[in-house]
Amino acid sequence: MDDKGSLATYLGRDAVGFQPVEVEPGLFVMAMNTEDSLREYLRLFVRVPVIGSLAPLARIFEFVANAAPAVKEILAIGKICHEVRENTYDLIVVDAEATGHFVAQVSAPDALMRVVQIGVVADQTAWMREILHDAARTTVVAVTTAEELPVSETIELRDRLRAATPTPIGAIVVNRVNPAFTMSADDVQAIAGAGFVDEVAAVTGARDSVAVVVDALKLAIERAGYQQSNLTDLHAAFGDDVAIRLVGEAPGESSATAPGVSKWIADQLGGADDSAR
Amino acid sequence: MTAHADAVAAVCADASLVVLCGPGGVGKTTMAAALGASMARRGRNVLVLTVDPARRLAGALGLADTGNVEVRVDLSNAAGTLTMAMIDTHASWNDMIARHAPDAATRDKVLANELYATLTSRFVHSHDYVVADRLYEAHSSGRFDLVIVDTPPSRNALSILDAPKRMQQFFGSRLLRLLTGGGQASLLNIASRPFFLVADRILGARFLQDISEFFTLFRTLEKGVVHHARGIDEVLSSPATRFVVVSSGEPVALREAKHLVGALDARGTRRAAVILNRLTPRRRTAGLDAAVGALGGGVDTLRAAGRERDARILVHALTAADRTLAAVRRETGAVATARGWSDVVFTADMRGGDPVGVGELMQLADSLERAD
Repeated sequence: MDDKGSLATYLGRDAVGFQPVEVEPGLFVMAMNTEDSLREYLRLFVRVPVIGSLAPLARIFEFVANAAPAVKEILAIGKICHEVRENTYDLIVVDAEATGHFVAQVSAPDALMRVVQIGVVADQTAWMREILHDAARTTVVAVTTAEELPVSETIELRDRLRAATPTPIGAIVVNRVNPAFTMSADDVQAIAGAGFVDEVAAVTGARDSVAVVVDALKLAIERAGYQQSNLTDLHAAFGDDVAIRLVGEAPGESSATAPGVSKWIADQLGGADDSAR
Repeated sequence: MTAHADAVAAVCADASLVVLCGPGGVGKTTMAAALGASMARRGRNVLVLTVDPARRLAGALGLADTGNVEVRVDLSNAAGTLTMAMIDTHASWNDMIARHAPDAATRDKVLANELYATLTSRFVHSHDYVVADRLYEAHSSGRFDLVIVDTPPSRNALSILDAPKRMQQFFGSRLLRLLTGGGQASLLNIASRPFFLVADRILGARFLQDISEFFTLFRTLEKGVVHHARGIDEVLSSPATRFVVVSSGEPVALREAKHLVGALDARGTRRAAVILNRLTPRRRTAGLDAAVGALGGGVDTLRAAGRERDARILVHALTAADRTLAAVRRETGAVATARGWSDVVFTADMRGGDPVGVGELMQLADSLERAD
């Protein structure tokens, strides 16, 4: 929805535009763009022929859209709902904008229904709401990291969603969890012991090296402990209602830019449910 | 003065307004509070304006969730004072309307308009304008020597700088005149124009009429708001206003930081200082590279000796060490990159958790180190 060029980078492409492109068999990608969406909207629903540049009309529309609640948002969410209704794809995954903006988008049909009584838009909101409110067809996946601010934003997202629309949060993915997270409590306990470095070094030698490497692990365990406390808050807020899946920090030099990372994360997501943790 | 104290001084000492910008999730608000606490300790009367404070920090400092309430933070033995305040968009708009309305009747009519609440939360980047307006109010009130503000982490965090101009343009725009009648052709009797034909069919005539009524009221605020917008612009371009770009060492955050630095340079503002936050503590990674090399056969040796648990832990330790080393390499590159952006670059280490309370904020400010 708010593509900054990252999607193209992940897929190893130069650019991604409004027209869907098949990047792998069965996988299409597109980037949302309000002007293109307006053009398509006018063509499909208002049956106003738009010849040549839309710029002057778009400029005026931009002004009204800025002023009128939910008009801009309805274009974005309307395009998505349209594809759902047309059944073009089996599944549509939307990389939404940040929390505040996203709530405005997903609840735009609800907001519009409250302020617009007549006109095409009023007619348009009913079927969009049907799609968005149906938990079998639409679900929100909250993606967060186990840091304080993102966790409290996730809880806030749920509260704001609840206030604005019936569309539910169906799952939460906690990304970039420190690998030390998977260590057993006994092992963590063992490292904390005063003699641990000496015990290991008695076998391996190189005591100084053991000390430095074990300290790196302690640093990771501190991070994992901090993440654990934030995850506890997350679990407390959501209880058992929502599945919470953990994804480890991706390996590699420059996290989150290499195309291989998306496959690696997909593999992790395919694993067992972590919500029982 | 210690070296760390100079770090904070280099950012804040000759400034009366410090604007922190940067990508989300890099500890911007915490850094704003830390700089504020540190400057208060040096005798300044500081206001920290924040858009979205971290919950625990806000709770610990007694900051309310809503409203524009200023909270004096208790700093024992400090020569100056530290005040913190949230920026509540809705409350700020109400304040602004009250301030700029020509009379009480207009004020009440605007506040009672059904579209008002939804409109003010969206149009012409209203949030940015409110932040700019609040920092101008605080700055020109004379109650503080130093105002520190952290900007909302938006795609263009500098939009608060454009907000005053955009507001002026908004009032000057032809379309606003068209929407509000402007004395001649009113919106509704020029419905033959293609746009209104389209807009009418899309939005419905009632809705356009509501909008038109609202903006007719809103236009009466023009004089006050435009005058104010000019004042805000002057303050933001004053040499006593300093910009600080805060980032982490992660590639995604750095990309946004680079964009911000470029945008600030393009405006001809004074070179922004850069703070790279949440870096891997170097004191704990010295010699790590060599240590990993020295322990290459360590896991096998431990297994051969029947020390299964220790072998397992060493595998974890070597994994953690590899990741730490990769992070250190990334961050070393990040510091070099930031040095290319600014002569004034500071680093702060990743901490176990986000600072809670004044003591930890001071520690964070003290830990800032200048990158050579």
